[in-house]
Amino acid sequence: MMAVETLRVTNLKKYFFTKQGVVKAADGVNFSIWEQETLGLVGESGSGKSTVAYTIMGIYAPTQGTILFKGKDISKESKKRSKRFKKDIQIVFQDPGSSLNPRRSIKQILELPLRVHRITNGSRTDQIEQLLNMVELPSDYMYKYPLAIGGGERQIVAIARALATNPSFIVLDEPTSALDVSVQAKIINLLMSLQEELNLTYLFITHDLSLMRNLATRVAIMYLGKICEIAPTVEFFKNPLHPYTRMLLSSIPVVSKDEEELKPKKIISRGEIPSPVNIPPGCSFHLRCPEKMDICTRADPMMIEYAQGHFVRCHLYPIETG
Amino acid sequence: MVEKLLDIRDLHVQFDVYGGTLKVLNGVNLCMEEGEKVGLVGETGCGKTTTAKSILRILPEPPARIPKGEIFFKNQDILKMGSRDIRRIHAHEISMIFQDPTASLNPVFTIGDQLMEAIKYSSIEDGISKREIQRRAIQSLQDVALPDPERILENYPIQLSGGMRQRICIAMALATRSRLLIADEPTTSLDVTIQDQVLRLLGILVQEKETSTILITHSLGIVREWTKRVYVMYAGAMVETARTEELFEKPLHPYTQGLLKAVPKLTGEGIAKGIPGRIPNYLNPPSGCRFNPRCPHVMPVCKIERPPFFTTEGIHQVACFLYKE
Repeated sequence: MMAVETLRVTNLKKYFFTKQGVVKAADGVNFSIWEQETLGLVGESGSGKSTVAYTIMGIYAPTQGTILFKGKDISKESKKRSKRFKKDIQIVFQDPGSSLNPRRSIKQILELPLRVHRITNGSRTDQIEQLLNMVELPSDYMYKYPLAIGGGERQIVAIARALATNPSFIVLDEPTSALDVSVQAKIINLLMSLQEELNLTYLFITHDLSLMRNLATRVAIMYLGKICEIAPTVEFFKNPLHPYTRMLLSSIPVVSKDEEELKPKKIISRGEIPSPVNIPPGCSFHLRCPEKMDICTRADPMMIEYAQGHFVRCHLYPIETG
Repeated sequence: MVEKLLDIRDLHVQFDVYGGTLKVLNGVNLCMEEGEKVGLVGETGCGKTTTAKSILRILPEPPARIPKGEIFFKNQDILKMGSRDIRRIHAHEISMIFQDPTASLNPVFTIGDQLMEAIKYSSIEDGISKREIQRRAIQSLQDVALPDPERILENYPIQLSGGMRQRICIAMALATRSRLLIADEPTTSLDVTIQDQVLRLLGILVQEKETSTILITHSLGIVREWTKRVYVMYAGAMVETARTEELFEKPLHPYTQGLLKAVPKLTGEGIAKGIPGRIPNYLNPPSGCRFNPRCPHVMPVCKIERPPFFTTEGIHQVACFLYKE
C-alpha cells in the first residue's frame, strides 16, 4: 500500500525574539503526516506543540525550515498563501468559549467561511443546516448564540465551522482538554466518524497520552521545541524508548490494573520543564533524565530509526542499532 | 470506635439569582473519620466546590442560602457557629488548597509575607516570635521540597512556576497544622509529570502530619491512585460511595459506570460513546433522581421519587433504585 503524504515538515524552526532572550519554541522539527491518518503531537505546556500547529496554519511565518502541503511549499504566513490552500487546511482551537464570537449567532459563525471562500451550493440556510446535520446538532441551533449552549456543543460548532470549507486536513489543538470526559467521549467519537466519512487527515495536538492511545495512528512526543520520539501508536505504547516518554507514561493516573501494568516501572518524575529562553546545552532533557550519561550534557543526540517507523532522539540508542 | 471528624447530613444549598433559585446541592451526605483520605469526584458543575465552600462557610451569602442540612465537625454544627468560632476553624482546624495557585496567591505580596501571615494567624495563642514564624516558614518550604527557601520567601508569585506556586499553597495549608485539609483540584492546572510530583508530595506530607484529607477532583485516575474511599457526585448529590478499589472494580451507579467507560484507557480499547445529554439546569432540575433523563436504565419510579442510599456490600452504598433489595 502506497500512502500519500499530506504534510511534510522539515527542520521547522520558529524563534520568538523577546527582551529576555530568544525563545526557541520550535527548534528543528521534522515529521510527515500521511493521508487519512491521525498524528498525535503530545507535549507538556511550553513544549512548542501549539507553535508547530500555528506555523502550519500560517498564523506565524517559520523562522527557518519548510512545510510542504500535498507537495506544495506553504512555509509562509497565511496572508501570503493562496486561498485554495487556506480552504484545504482548517483548525479547531482549544477553548470554544473564546474561539467563537459571542455576539454572532451560530448561523453567522458558520456562514463566514462560506462567504469568504464563495462556496455556493443551494441556499446559505440549507448549507448551514447540512453542516449542523453533519455534526449531529439539531438545525434550530443556527439561531442560538454560543453562550446559550454547553461547552461541548460549542466545540461541536467550532468543528462544523472547520468543516464548512470542505477541508482535507484539520489541525485539532487540544479540542477536548477544556471538557469533561463524558463530553470528550462524544466529541472524539464524532471526530472519528467524520474522519472516516470525509477522508480527513488530522494533526491532533494534546497532552493526553491515554487519549492518543485510542485515537492516533502515530504518536510524536515533543519536549522543549524538539521531537524526542515518534512511532506508530501500538509500537509506541508497547515499547516506549525515550526516558521522557517513559516518565510521561509513568505519571499518568489510570483507572484499572490492566493499565497499571502498561506503565513503565521505576521512573519517578522529577525536575521541572526548563524555561524555553534558557534551554540546557546538549540534550535538553538531561536535567531531569534518570539515565543521564556524560555525553548528554555536551552533545544533542540525533534522531535515529530504532525499529521500522520508530524514531528516537537519545544517546541511549547509538546510531549502530538503527 | 474511631471518632467522626466530619459528618455532612442532607446539605442543601441554593443560590437566589435573577430569574429564580438555583437548587445546587440537593441533600449531600458525606462522612469521614480522623486520618482518612477521601476522594470526591464528579464533573464540572456537580457541586464539588460548593460542598467544600459550605464546609468552610465561605460561600457568598447572599446569593447562597443553606435552607436545610447539618455539617458536624468534631460533633459541632459548623452551620450554627458564630463568626468567632468560624475564624477559629479557619485558623486551626480546616485548610483548603484551591485549583488555581495563581489566583489564590496575592500577586503584590511576597511569598514570605503571605506564608508568614498564615502561620501567624494560625498560632495566635502561642504569642509566637517573629524569628519563630520565619523558622516555621522556611521549614514548611523545605517540607514541600522547594530548593533555596530563604530566596523563595523574598520572591513574588509571578517569579515562580505553576508547580512551585501550588507547592507554596500546599505549604501554606499544612503550615497551619490543621486537622482537615480540603484539596480542591490541586493539580488540574499542572502538567502531568508535575502533577505526579505534587500529588506524591502531598501524599507523603498528609501521612506524616496525620492530616485527614478530602481530595476533590474530576479525574477518576487521581482518585484511584490517591484515596482509600471515594464519593461520586452528580448534580448536587452523592450517587455512590465505596472503598476506592471496590468502586473501580465494581461500579454500580449507571452514572459511575458511564463515567468510567468514557475515560480513555492506556490499554486502547477505543472510546465509549459518553453519557448522552448534559448536566441539568439547576433552576429547574428533574424531579426524582436527577440523573433520570440521561440514565440508560430509567424506570418510572426514578421520575417520581428520589433514591436513598442502598447498601450493597460492606460500606458500598449507591443511590439508585436498581439496587433496592
